Amino acid sequence: MTVTTLPSLSLGPVLYLWDGPKWRDFYFRIADEAPIAHVFIGETVCSKRLHFIEPHVGEVVERLEQAGKSVSLSSLALVTLERESQLVRALARDSAHPVEANDLSALGLLAGKPHAIGPLINVYNGATARLLASRGATSICLPPELPMTSVREIVRDAPGVAFEIFAFGRVPLAISARCAHARSKGLVKDNCQFICGDDPDGLVVETLDRQPFLVLNGVQTVSHTCQALIQELPELADAGISRIRLSPQDCDMVSVARAFDDAIAGRSAPADAIARLQEAYPGTRLSNGFHYAQQGAAWIAGHAST
Amino acid sequence: MELICPAGTPAAFREAVDAGADAVYCGFRDETNARNFPGLNFSRDELKAAIAYARQHGAMTFVAINTFMRAGREKLWHEAVDDAVRLGADAVILADFGLMAYTAERYPDQRLHVSVQASAANADAVNFLVETFRAKRVVLPRILTIPDIARLAKQIRCEIEVFVFGGLCVMAEGRCSLSSYATGKSPNMNGICSPASHVRYREDGRELVSELGDYTINRFPAGEAAGYPTLCKGRFNVADERGYAFEDPVSLDVMDHVDLLREAGVSALKIEGRQRGKAYVAEVVSVMRRAVAANAAERPALISRLRLLSEGQRTTSGAYEKRWR
Amino acid sequence: MTVPTAMAVPLRLIPIPAIERATRLVFSHVMARHPGLFDRLGEHAAKRYGFIPSDLPVGFLVEPAKTRISVHRKPNLPATDASVTGGFVLLLGLLEGRLDGDAVFFSRDLTVTGDMEAMLALRNALDDCNIDLPSDIGSLAGPFAPLIGRAAAEIRSRVLPREAGQWN
Repeated sequence: MTVTTLPSLSLGPVLYLWDGPKWRDFYFRIADEAPIAHVFIGETVCSKRLHFIEPHVGEVVERLEQAGKSVSLSSLALVTLERESQLVRALARDSAHPVEANDLSALGLLAGKPHAIGPLINVYNGATARLLASRGATSICLPPELPMTSVREIVRDAPGVAFEIFAFGRVPLAISARCAHARSKGLVKDNCQFICGDDPDGLVVETLDRQPFLVLNGVQTVSHTCQALIQELPELADAGISRIRLSPQDCDMVSVARAFDDAIAGRSAPADAIARLQEAYPGTRLSNGFHYAQQGAAWIAGHAST
Repeated sequence: MELICPAGTPAAFREAVDAGADAVYCGFRDETNARNFPGLNFSRDELKAAIAYARQHGAMTFVAINTFMRAGREKLWHEAVDDAVRLGADAVILADFGLMAYTAERYPDQRLHVSVQASAANADAVNFLVETFRAKRVVLPRILTIPDIARLAKQIRCEIEVFVFGGLCVMAEGRCSLSSYATGKSPNMNGICSPASHVRYREDGRELVSELGDYTINRFPAGEAAGYPTLCKGRFNVADERGYAFEDPVSLDVMDHVDLLREAGVSALKIEGRQRGKAYVAEVVSVMRRAVAANAAERPALISRLRLLSEGQRTTSGAYEKRWR
Repeated sequence: MTVPTAMAVPLRLIPIPAIERATRLVFSHVMARHPGLFDRLGEHAAKRYGFIPSDLPVGFLVEPAKTRISVHRKPNLPATDASVTGGFVLLLGLLEGRLDGDAVFFSRDLTVTGDMEAMLALRNALDDCNIDLPSDIGSLAGPFAPLIGRAAAEIRSRVLPREAGQWN
């Protein structure tokens, strides 16, 4: 029997546009109630949204740290404007907290400092993980589309890095210079009126046959299904995964965190944990296909119980 | 400015060279390149012959090894680089950091180009790749405006190559898992987007329905030209509005802006289309060759000829113009 | 752009074995001149491909792994893994790699059913081959010779300029 350290829980940045108070209160509750060890905060999707959360970042960081959680700041995923480059440079240079790199510019600027690698950086093999580690990466959240076979190889191939898995939430699938969300409401990106704020859990894209398929989140496209790697937790722990990442949805994330915490510790059976997720995020369809090298939208049931 | 032309087969490669390509880019017949389509691409022997043909005619050969190495199967990608270098590729076009590190270390003299799939979209990103892997050229993602490119060119220490004609990714390249989500086949891992293996067409009354995996991507009423079900160019419902949610089925054409691109500091113009037939390659390359060399007065006639190739098909200058966003 | 009725009608009168002999002659000539044709198919070589001219009373079955072609009278067409239906002229254009499939292949001029990947592989393999029917079959005689000669001319004059569109 192998002895493995149980993974801890981390919380990824809120991907959607929530108004300032909603965003602040969400993190206050996480600080007070959720069994989460690491929290990543910051706007990663669209630089136009930054001013919504900026006034609250200080108090949120303080509250989270008082609750004993480690806090990292996430950088933008798509950096094309000079203003955006300046933001990333300032973050890399001045941040008192570890920074999570979500694009290549942050990767370059953070060299030599301890930092985290976010799920939008393409780490598909051990060689890449080792290269990033040699430049100062201490943790790497692997891309959500990676199958378990690759996860196992990478962790084995890059010792000393804390690997993290995107285990809960709608999966970030694509990002564009163009804003499909604004476009869907007859607006353009430059005059978007922050219309994505109307959809705090994203805007559903259905096929012409009315099948829910994708979800718009500003310039980002996420999955309609909610990734839920919960039956797979023992396998992930066994492979040496250090952290399990939960990505905030507009649902009861404290209950989600508790369900994962209990499943990791073995206090609840997989079926029970899944039921609790469905209760915490009603109406959602769960998926885990990426883990099994199948289509990401698929749900492969009962794996861990066999 | 150099003209960089696509070839999916040796026949298309020869056509591109004959039509005046400065360089032809191609890939091996496996998952190491981002156009891993059935029946396409080059064996080692075919690449060897192609490189020799290009040399005879004063053209260069770039080999795209631009997917991400699968953990545990890195050998396939390493061998692709080894063989491309051995056979005399003038440049290798790479996306994976691990593979760039391997190449820079093993073959310090090999010219390394950064693939569009690497998503280097700003000066700090490009400089990171130049410093870390001695990249000589970056192929920019199709998400920048021409002023963005001009500003970028002043801040980086390598050449710039941009796409000017052909297919258009709506999403930032190398960062898209839409295909993987719907079919399990991913551009980054398998070199394939919206794979033919998952495509179905079916008739529903008078409509032709195109499907990818379990999803309807489009419905074409009688009389409307049908298209291939590329995910991001499908018709969907968003909040009861039916339409092209991400992008209409258009192709990229920025030939009107060639002089601006030159002034912006662009070194090379790239034509998309390794999956296209040799007849198309021959025609596009020969017209583009003349259009690039032409003066401003002659160019419009050539460009309109080029557009004939896209007859019935709308074109866009995409992200190169800000209003596209 | 369909085969003139005056050409199509006689095919109804010719016995299948005669049509098949002529077809096989053409096929073996093409294969002799392009021995690498099916190498590109890889796993798809073992599949059965149907070519069904919508304007002729017959269909063709190609089995690359067996280097075999057979002719069948409609409606008694055999099962295939992938098949393409369209005007005879367009089908020959496809064979010659003169059509950039992206436009015609996925448009309504041709209807592709079954294994799309196999058909795409075949299209790409054909595109690499520089098949040129008039020169490939030279002075071959038989019921198809005039048909092919006329059709090839038609392809050059009418199909190629329309060739357009994009895929991906």
